[in-house]
Amino acid sequence: MSTADKPEIDAITGSKIHPHEWDGIRELETPPPRWWVLTFAACVIFSLAWWVLYPAWPSFSGYTPGVLGYSTRAELAQTMAAVTAAQAPMNDRLAKLDYAAAAADADVMNFATAGGRALFAENCAQCHGSGAQGNVGFPNLLDDDWVWGGDYATLQATIEHGIRAANDVDTRQSLMPAFGKDGMLTREQVADVTQYVLALSGQTADAAAAGRGEAVFAEQCVSCHGEKGAGNRELGGPKLADGIWLYGGDAKAIEAQVWNPRAGVMPAWAGRLDALAIKKLVLYVHSLGGGE
Amino acid sequence: MASLQPAAAEPQEDSPLWFARPPVVPKKVKGPFRRIKWAVMTVLLAIYWGVPWLRFDRGPFAPDQAVLIDLPGRKAYFLWFEIWPQEIYIITGLLIVAAIGLFFVTAMLGRVWCGFACPQTVWTDLFMMVERWVEGDRAQRLRLAKAPWTVSKIAQRLAKHSLWIAIGLATGGAWILYFNDAPTVMPQLFLGTAGAGVYITIGLLTFSTYLLAGWARESVCTFMCPYARFQSAMFDRDTLVVSYRDWRGEKRGKHKAGDGWEGRGHCIDCRQCVEVCPTGIDIRGGLQMSCISCGLCVDACDGIMDKVGLPHGLIGYDTERNMALGAAGKPRQWHFIRLRTLGYFVVFAAAGAAVLWALLARSPLEASVLPDRNPLFVRLSDGDLRNGYTLKLLNKTNQPQHIIISLDGLAQGQLTVLGHEGEAAPSLELAPDTVAALRLFVRLDTDQWAGEPIDYHFNIHDAARDLTVTTPARFEGPRQ
Repeated sequence: MSTADKPEIDAITGSKIHPHEWDGIRELETPPPRWWVLTFAACVIFSLAWWVLYPAWPSFSGYTPGVLGYSTRAELAQTMAAVTAAQAPMNDRLAKLDYAAAAADADVMNFATAGGRALFAENCAQCHGSGAQGNVGFPNLLDDDWVWGGDYATLQATIEHGIRAANDVDTRQSLMPAFGKDGMLTREQVADVTQYVLALSGQTADAAAAGRGEAVFAEQCVSCHGEKGAGNRELGGPKLADGIWLYGGDAKAIEAQVWNPRAGVMPAWAGRLDALAIKKLVLYVHSLGGGE
Repeated sequence: MASLQPAAAEPQEDSPLWFARPPVVPKKVKGPFRRIKWAVMTVLLAIYWGVPWLRFDRGPFAPDQAVLIDLPGRKAYFLWFEIWPQEIYIITGLLIVAAIGLFFVTAMLGRVWCGFACPQTVWTDLFMMVERWVEGDRAQRLRLAKAPWTVSKIAQRLAKHSLWIAIGLATGGAWILYFNDAPTVMPQLFLGTAGAGVYITIGLLTFSTYLLAGWARESVCTFMCPYARFQSAMFDRDTLVVSYRDWRGEKRGKHKAGDGWEGRGHCIDCRQCVEVCPTGIDIRGGLQMSCISCGLCVDACDGIMDKVGLPHGLIGYDTERNMALGAAGKPRQWHFIRLRTLGYFVVFAAAGAAVLWALLARSPLEASVLPDRNPLFVRLSDGDLRNGYTLKLLNKTNQPQHIIISLDGLAQGQLTVLGHEGEAAPSLELAPDTVAALRLFVRLDTDQWAGEPIDYHFNIHDAARDLTVTTPARFEGPRQ
């Protein structure tokens, strides 16, 4: 380190040279440019003003709110209110129309299905799939096979009251007895009726067993699943004479369902979604291709 | 090629690392190039300020402004052409054509774009005109700059900056007319009812015009403009550039009337070429990056040559080849058709033709099909397969269109359009200038499915125009 009585001046830049030296390297005392200092000062003043005006400092029980009373929550509420207000005319139009009239009005239908798509993604896609394609145990809403029916009124009733929803007295109730587990049918009878159901749905089946199963079917199953497995929407008995299965359509899955049936539950949405939201969902689901 | 370094900036052993650039105070000049610059400036400013006011009748469904970029409507109107957002490639193409055109002109004539047509040059020229008008010519302005702040100086400066800001306002104000209906937005501007975006845009453009044309000037051309940095890549021995014929001018020196010219060059070192230069360079140092090829030094020098009774052309537009030939006392040669210029021209013409073709061949009706992917197909209760599609139809005309949708290449497929169930050949009306999104279902008997995707087409037929738009689609089912 070297010391000097008065600061040395660098010939090229005109700046002072710092009186210390490390390994032969010396450093200039160039002041920062004036514009930089002014900008820095402006930033300091700006940040001080910001602390006063806006929420800034955290504390144990909250934060300094700032004198402007700004809050992102309040801003969100304002934005949402503006969106709601902007949608109000279309919502009013939709509310006044019945389903058929709404479906015939292209503008209303665009609005309703866009809303329905969002509501579906939020509330229904978890079970029915993001494309409404369903899954084992969760019905596909795109096809033309409906357990309870696919017209507007039925769709609305299903969404409002759910399926086997515990908290809704008007919910759709239908329970298939556990024919095997509860001893109503023998192991052989269950195997026979399985073969008969395979035959009904056009799959390869053991003809002898299917013949025996036909009698079992006529005795135990017809009341809900209909003659020749045609289904019964009144009671929510699924159609068996087609290729669409809720719990699988091969011999093993059918036999399991007869022995100890599964019965899915859909919540009742009437208390959770308002009538207009349900209307949008009905129009959306109806437009997916299975609507009747 | 001559040195691209300014002659005065030879670094010395003990020179400072930087020095403040002296302000450039160009002098007034008269001559043919100055007249060309005035004419070009008048035409370009007239175009800039006049075009938004041109009307063009497009019928009841479209705006009647000849040139309009309708940002909220996502459309741009240029006379007969209406550009949709997905046709932005046409604008890209036009920019490519403009760039290649610039390369071509640069290879031929050097940096003439910079000297005559660049907005920076045009507006700087306009601002300098105002400055000269308020504060006088070079000598008066230099004197004023050194003078103490008197009432007269404050008044002159105030007048100059007010006029500059007024021009800036007019510049920024005109820009927004390209994005709004001019006769509608003009009164709104003054009534204070135009949108915030309009005022912010005007403010920004006013400020940038004032800053760039009033204060930055030649710094933009020298330090900010990227074109200045790569223009020399387009130059060759046969490019016309502003040249000082040193073989005629040197050895330079002062000259008194009546003296002879033997034993010396024609340059009398009057520095007029430097004083009129808008970028403040000395052309006698050879071609430099800062030279914008405006030719004002040519005008200045020719004026002096007239006064001393010598022929014009001590400074003039010439090629490097001719400079060498001139020095050797040989006649000039012109090589305008060269591999470079020919190449640029071919690319320019090809790109121009492609853009023109894209504009003329665009269909008034456009269709695109988005197949449902989640799931790819649906099995129906009778075993049939069904695919869902979203068909987007663009009616790019400003008239309603009636169309009929049919399948082509999927003979057994049954088409249903949501909202048009039961129609064998679904027909519907498309509103003018809109995009319609339709839900389509195509159903195929399971016997027709061979385990492989089937490629087919949707035909969208517009009977009124006898126009059929075909769009490819694919039918999916379980793979085997």
